[in-house]
Amino acid sequence: MLVRILVLLYLAGAPALAQTLCQPNASNGYRVRISIKTALGNQAYEWNENEMFLFRATMAFAMRRCYKTETYNVDNIIVCNQTLRVSFWFVVTSPENSTMLIPKADVEKAVSMSRHRINNAFLLTDRTLEFLGIHPTLAEPVNPDTPPWLIVFGVVIGAVFAGIIALLVSSLLQKRRKEKGMMEDGQDEEDMQVKGVENGNVLDGIYNRGFTDDDRFTKL
Amino acid sequence: MPEEGMEDSKVGEERPKWNNKTEYLLTCIGFAVGVGNVWRFPYLCQIYGGGAFLIPYLIALVFQGLPLLYLELAIGQRLRMGSIGVWNSISPYLGGVGVASMVVSFCVSLFYNTIVAWVLWYLFNSFQEPLPWSQCPLNHNNTGMKQSTPVNYFWYRQTLNITPNMETSGSLQWWMVVSLATAWSIVYICFIRGIETIGKAVYITATFPYLVLTIFLVRALTLPGAYEGLIYLFTPDWEILKNPQVWLDAATQIFFSLSVAFGGLISFSSYNSQKNNCERDAVLVGVINSATSIYASIPIFAILGFKAHTNYVTCLNGNILALTNEFDISDMNITVENYEQWFDSLNGTHPSRVSDLNLKTCDLQTFLDQSASGTGLAFIVFTEAVISMPGSQVWAVLFFIMLFSLGLSSMFGNLEGILTPLHDLKLVPKWMPNELFTAIICLLSFLMALIFCLGSGNYWLEIFNSHVGSVPLLIIAFFEIIAVAHIYGIGRFSDDLEFMTGHRPNIFWKVCWLVISPLMLFVVLVAYVVAQAQTHHTYAAWNPDYVRATTVNAAFSNLSSGTPPPPPQSLGVSKLDKTQSKKKKKNTIIFYIVE
Repeated sequence: MLVRILVLLYLAGAPALAQTLCQPNASNGYRVRISIKTALGNQAYEWNENEMFLFRATMAFAMRRCYKTETYNVDNIIVCNQTLRVSFWFVVTSPENSTMLIPKADVEKAVSMSRHRINNAFLLTDRTLEFLGIHPTLAEPVNPDTPPWLIVFGVVIGAVFAGIIALLVSSLLQKRRKEKGMMEDGQDEEDMQVKGVENGNVLDGIYNRGFTDDDRFTKL
Repeated sequence: MPEEGMEDSKVGEERPKWNNKTEYLLTCIGFAVGVGNVWRFPYLCQIYGGGAFLIPYLIALVFQGLPLLYLELAIGQRLRMGSIGVWNSISPYLGGVGVASMVVSFCVSLFYNTIVAWVLWYLFNSFQEPLPWSQCPLNHNNTGMKQSTPVNYFWYRQTLNITPNMETSGSLQWWMVVSLATAWSIVYICFIRGIETIGKAVYITATFPYLVLTIFLVRALTLPGAYEGLIYLFTPDWEILKNPQVWLDAATQIFFSLSVAFGGLISFSSYNSQKNNCERDAVLVGVINSATSIYASIPIFAILGFKAHTNYVTCLNGNILALTNEFDISDMNITVENYEQWFDSLNGTHPSRVSDLNLKTCDLQTFLDQSASGTGLAFIVFTEAVISMPGSQVWAVLFFIMLFSLGLSSMFGNLEGILTPLHDLKLVPKWMPNELFTAIICLLSFLMALIFCLGSGNYWLEIFNSHVGSVPLLIIAFFEIIAVAHIYGIGRFSDDLEFMTGHRPNIFWKVCWLVISPLMLFVVLVAYVVAQAQTHHTYAAWNPDYVRATTVNAAFSNLSSGTPPPPPQSLGVSKLDKTQSKKKKKNTIIFYIVE
């Protein structure tokens, strides 16, 4: 009889005890703020008891994942002070002793470790599912081995140098061709001049190359 | 006497000729249309009463810009020599004008190509996802940077790696050296065969910016907030016309924008045949230059309006979040539309709690008033706007390629103003092919411009920008117009023009050359010098320890020193209030040359 009374008292008192464990500004509790409409817009779901259950289950999962030796349950996550915002406080009790709260630092460690999974469970992000006091660790930016700008630079400078060399070479070839052409012209005129003298004809108006410095044409 | 110089000035070697008229016109237009048309003119429009600024601007164009332009093109075409040769021909005592042109062209090309190098750096970095200036690098806690913005950080730290002041030189930033080398290589390859290769290059560099501007125009007009930006830009404030500073700035802007007195235009027109209607060319180039400025300001301001709108919405959303969190109101009950009502009701019921939140006052007008010009506009304000646009990479790449084309085509004129006079002075040894000579000049300029790649390079560049390309050009132009109108003689000049264009210049041109333009130039020069002498020489410095910049009294100032340092003001985006614009203008004489 006494045992039954004690059990009844315990069952009645447990929730009350749980309530005293979880309070706003509790030393070992965290406040959570959720902004579903901001994150999802038209596809926002409603926050109700089922979602709250999912939250508690996810937190239990996070604690289990971090502290592998202890098996946390949904009952170990106590929630209170829910507002329309949606925001609420939660504390975590130890599986062995339901009156003992897990220290803040341990809870923070578990949350940080599984933050990504918690976010995804609710289709939210670090900004829309806030644990006040736990700063989100930003993802490492992808640091490729060669910075992309070097690649673009390499392509551009390669093309430019190739162009410079091509243009220089073609200018050189053009100049050589012109010089060769002038050389051949000069020799033709010389032959003509020689012919003219041999025949005794003096060709008027032809520039007499015999009196120019045509060493460059006649070098052997 | 200049008669002998009429035909070919080089014995046994023909003067290079333009392939066709289009190449010549595009080159001149490309020279005149530079980055300043994009980032200087819209800023002036904004601070000087929007549409009302067009009046002094167009008056300056007609009475000062066009006569100078016509004069330079005509004298170059007639005398068929670069700037030194031309002025030497008119009178040996005027040879200094040509030499001054060449020296100014050289100094300007040094720092102008550095700006092109910065544009290239940003262009290379635009091929990344996400854009590197959209996020700060993480600190050791991996919790992100709180002070300053990612855009500022990328510009001041990762691009410039700027030192706290000019005395601290810092070291050579290798990535800047690499970009500068690329810029000079590209300039060289376009110059390799003189106007033959330039003529081909300008088909792209002179026309591409217009294509990009049109694309941006279409894109920008569909962005939210564009309409407000445009209204803000073009709403005329007629009162501003009573302020003489406006007229001074309009005259200065036109003058620097047309790129006269560099010698480049004289060189370009010297490669023309003598029977070319240079009057039509001058009017065409001048009008197109101004039209480009006006056309460019439309997408720029649409995008600035978009940016102001984005900032306004972000500011409001910050306030909304603060209110929602404080009063535990359901998420998204307060929106941008009903913010006012919510605020009033909450302030009425819980004034103390609301005031404790320290909510920011979000005013769209304040955000629109944030003006910027020069590199601040391109590398800080615009890059920030681009992040908010969908498909940021594409817009960033397009924007920086456009800036690059604008800068490159202006570099052609700058370099031409150096090379042709040197050829005319017969300083080039006969054995040296032109390609080698151009390469030497480019290499020399690159090595000298390495000073701008130091940590303190930006400070040096601002000095060059504000002093090298301002007063000297005004003096040169003044002497040019006096030389032609009074020493060469307006009668003889009219005869030459009749020979070239087929008709004598009408009375408008003559009056301008004789009286109006020299007078305007003289007034602008005197006002400029007086304004410079009155201000304490300061430069805005970036202090890495603090979030905001301070202004440092420059060491070389010969005015009274020992004034206490002025209060910190933010760098890059100068918040210019319309009422305070006159006072602030005295302290910030920047970026006149980059027109």
